Amino acid sequence: MTEEKAPNVIATRISSPLASPPQSPTLRIDAAGVYYRELNARLRELVSNGTKRIELHNVYGQRYIGTDLDRPVDIEIFGVPGNDLGAFMDGPRIIVHGNAQDGCGNTMNSGEIIIHGHAGDITGLSARGGRIFVRDDVGYRAGIHMKEYQDKKPVLVIGGTAQDFLGEYMAGGVLIILGLNPSGLSPQEPALNKVNGRSLGEGECPLKQVQGKFIGTGMHGGVIYLRGSVKDFQLGKEVGIAELDEKDRLVLKQLVGEFAQHFSYDAEEILYHKFAKLFPLYLRPYGRLYAY
Amino acid sequence: MKTYLAPKFLVRRDSERCIQCQVCVNQCTFDTHYYNTEDGEVRSREENCVGCHRCVLFCPTRALTISRNPLDYRENYNWRPEVIEDILKQAETGGVLLTGMGDDKSQRIYWDHLVLNASQVTNPSIDPLREPMELITYLGRKPDQVALNQVQGEPGSFNLKTELAPQVKLEVPVMFAAMSYGAVSLNVHESLARAATEMGTLWNTGEGGLHPKLYRYGNNTIVQVASGRFGVHPEYLDVAKIIEIKIGQGAKPGIGGHLPGEKVSAEISLTRMIPQGTDALSPAPQHDIYSIEDLAQLIYALKEATNYTKPISVKIAAVHNSAAIASGMVRAGADIIVLDGLRGATGAAPKIIRDNVGIPVEMALASVDSRLRQEGIRNQASIVVSGGIRNSGDVAKAIALGADAVYIGTAALVALGCTVCQQCHTGKCAWGICTTDLRLTKRVNPEIGARRLANLLRGWSIEIKDILGGLGVNAVESLRGNRLHLRGIGLTDTELEILGVKMVGS
Repeated sequence: MTEEKAPNVIATRISSPLASPPQSPTLRIDAAGVYYRELNARLRELVSNGTKRIELHNVYGQRYIGTDLDRPVDIEIFGVPGNDLGAFMDGPRIIVHGNAQDGCGNTMNSGEIIIHGHAGDITGLSARGGRIFVRDDVGYRAGIHMKEYQDKKPVLVIGGTAQDFLGEYMAGGVLIILGLNPSGLSPQEPALNKVNGRSLGEGECPLKQVQGKFIGTGMHGGVIYLRGSVKDFQLGKEVGIAELDEKDRLVLKQLVGEFAQHFSYDAEEILYHKFAKLFPLYLRPYGRLYAY
Repeated sequence: MKTYLAPKFLVRRDSERCIQCQVCVNQCTFDTHYYNTEDGEVRSREENCVGCHRCVLFCPTRALTISRNPLDYRENYNWRPEVIEDILKQAETGGVLLTGMGDDKSQRIYWDHLVLNASQVTNPSIDPLREPMELITYLGRKPDQVALNQVQGEPGSFNLKTELAPQVKLEVPVMFAAMSYGAVSLNVHESLARAATEMGTLWNTGEGGLHPKLYRYGNNTIVQVASGRFGVHPEYLDVAKIIEIKIGQGAKPGIGGHLPGEKVSAEISLTRMIPQGTDALSPAPQHDIYSIEDLAQLIYALKEATNYTKPISVKIAAVHNSAAIASGMVRAGADIIVLDGLRGATGAAPKIIRDNVGIPVEMALASVDSRLRQEGIRNQASIVVSGGIRNSGDVAKAIALGADAVYIGTAALVALGCTVCQQCHTGKCAWGICTTDLRLTKRVNPEIGARRLANLLRGWSIEIKDILGGLGVNAVESLRGNRLHLRGIGLTDTELEILGVKMVGS
């Protein structure tokens, strides 16, 4: 476990103009009342016809969006996409203006998912490549068995916090958990609005620590960067904890930079805070389990 | 620590026959035989012998005999030599006992307590040498009913109006069971793929991915999606004929798998898509499947990922509540359900799990088939069984009990030379089957391997046709689920009831 100062610099949200205007015509689809099979069949057809930008409006829980799309395409989702968003996905970029449900990025091969909200359980399960950015929290079992291979290296950046089993059996890739708490200012509980005895300024967000347990159980590859601190009992037996080195800082700078850009945060302020690096103690955690 | 384990086998070398050629030294992968440079003699360290008989078969002068060390401890039914040895092994290592292949204990083999019928006098048997016999089987979801369209202008001609779910045609209802690349060698995979292609059946990649070299056999390939998700990517799903979700395995129900890092060579790394030398750990559950609803979600994720073009199979280990589980699987959208029984084999499993967890597949099959019929959903999924299918008699009995097709794993490996010495987990297979050591894998030549496997299936096909002819039917479809063709022998009333067969003589 790392010793560290109480947080005194907190990320602030900065307002930024909307993303750059689209380069190619955007196709708008009203998904209200459309069954997921129809919706996905439609998407497949559009993408195979060469459509590059699609906006889905009124998405109410349709599953598997982006699953069988293997060409680069930008899909913006307004609403709440259903489970297995981008499962087995290979290439597209999905932006969700809302929350995502369970299984987002399940066994993803490449592509990008950006969620302006929360994501449910098993976010990024078994992902082999691609990037997932979640602005707020994720549920249980996020990043289980992420793995990397050659030039493929999955990235999961979680802006908020995560529940138990984060990065269990992790075999590769980068998992970053930032503990940002932009909605933490609470008029009901003024104590929450103070950090290190100092009241937070307007726009500053307090850090919320990951409370999840069994982090990285069975981990044998990859790395987890956790902003703030973590207690020993929260970690799996196979996880080591270390200070960042230069290489880690470069990785963080790059990925937190992207995160901040997506969600209009100030990367410098996020990075100013201390991070813990969680790494696998053994490449073969269960090598000595057996009598041959 | 001095080992208290006595050699399991005795090696006898006939000194008159032995010509000191050292073939045995080169063939043995367990360092049993060695050449003593001091006196120029080939000798043996019996404690290393696993009884695989590779040396016996390859000795040019037949100078070697391997026999079991009698280990004549004082007789004790309870404390048998195996029990004592296992305790010693654990006392010396402090680990989980690991083993390979399937359960070798004496739980009842129900195939041996079932007999088939034959036609006598009242209806004629059919001579399969003279008349056509149909072994073709279609795997996949069947519709509840079919509607026909009258073809315009052709009275008496109809075509199918009902849109069928994807069906996969098998020329013979025997497929090769899931054995991953990593557990077995690439040459074994190639042998299986070629033989399956030649015989019009399917082979199964197991959970270790598909080597790029074997993509051309895609039309005869079942690919697996298991808890480790190794090598699962869009092309892998696209190339396959069937996608199989592996929930469990008969040899080790409920537990995951650890392919040790030393087996993850450059080539294995390529197909599993993990870095070389790292352990390939398959978690016990699939962490996106904690319920039937979750299973439905993965089934449909895979259907979406392949645009509903292929059947999705779900494989479970045969366990106590298989019937209820199978019902849930069918309702979750599985087009094929695979039941892998207690005697199903493995490349490595904790021995205590292998020998004590799960139920014989015969019972699971009978109860699942009955349950799905009772619920009126039997047509919605094909049933495939595996775990201890040894010959065409077992195949015929399985089909009569309700299976659409069977998987053979051990039988296929035996066809390639395996002598079931249960050392798969060591990675030192002297027959070059269950190893990734390139010096050993070349002992299986894919061309010869494919021929041996195809021969086996050809032989079984003829035998199954003989059985069908004897029963007086001319298609395997007429035997399927027809338990009246079976009788039980030496079984209790309860066993007969679960199997849904009558006692012989009745």
